[in-house]
Amino acid sequence: MVEMPSINQEKCNRCGLCISVCACRAIILVNNRVTIIETADCHWCTVCEAVCPTGALTCSFEIIIEEE
Amino acid sequence: MLIVSEIAIILTYYENLKHDLRTTMTIDVTFLKSIPYFTVMNTVELEAIKSLFSEKMVQRGEVIILEGNLSDTLFFVAAGAVKVFKTSAQGKEQILSIARPGEALNDVPIFDGGANPISAQALGSVILYSIKKDKLQSLMQQYPKIAINTSKVLAGRMRQLVALVEDLSFRHVLGRVTKILLEHAGDGTAANDHLTQQEMAAMAGTAREVVARSLKLLEEQGHIRLERHRIVITDKKSLEEIVEDSG
Repeated sequence: MVEMPSINQEKCNRCGLCISVCACRAIILVNNRVTIIETADCHWCTVCEAVCPTGALTCSFEIIIEEE
Repeated sequence: MLIVSEIAIILTYYENLKHDLRTTMTIDVTFLKSIPYFTVMNTVELEAIKSLFSEKMVQRGEVIILEGNLSDTLFFVAAGAVKVFKTSAQGKEQILSIARPGEALNDVPIFDGGANPISAQALGSVILYSIKKDKLQSLMQQYPKIAINTSKVLAGRMRQLVALVEDLSFRHVLGRVTKILLEHAGDGTAANDHLTQQEMAAMAGTAREVVARSLKLLEEQGHIRLERHRIVITDKKSLEEIVEDSG
């Protein structure tokens, strides 16, 4: 399973900006719902999160400390 | 399987379609009314002035405005998203904002006659509306209410930029972002906290662009490593020192 950005459908206003900026085409519209498909091509650029005007689309980071 | 000639036909069709899109799209009055400059105009007035605007489609990565160049045309984003940024002499990029539909890209050089202070690049397929500088100036004389709205837009942008300058100028923002990283760091074995850059920005009381810059700076200094969806702290002691120094 590939970790992918997540979408909150309640916050999403279907403006389509995330779809227009996604370079790996992982974000598509299915039955008028913004849907994210798994792909290893997603490099977590977070541009989809940056353009989302409602905060519906999020790219979270796990923060870990590397063992020395 | 498609043979070469069929692929050529499809490509030709696509190029024609792109050309058609560039040249035949019409100006949408409803959208014009949603542009902050023109919200005070009624539909009849907008119908009368819409012929002054042109429409243009640009592709992902295309540079719409280049820092240092002169502008004789004002661009508005009609669809898609545009990155507005500055580049340092060393080639480092600082994103100032993401322009979304309704926003103007280059009003500063249009009004002061100087060079573009920023560059703007399409983040995906973008449709732009544009109006020539002299046509806009005539419109403002004919409809002073446009000038009043324009001053509100420029004042809002000035406020946003002042806040950004404040954040970028003072080192304590780096300290706040660093502190957030340390507070939310796990060892990678159990379920750890997940944070978005937007959430970190809200916690640090700053803009998302400043968080992105802080993370990049910490990575350049060798304190953290940015992986696909992970921030790996490689030098915890140095991060603790940054937090102490900024306190």
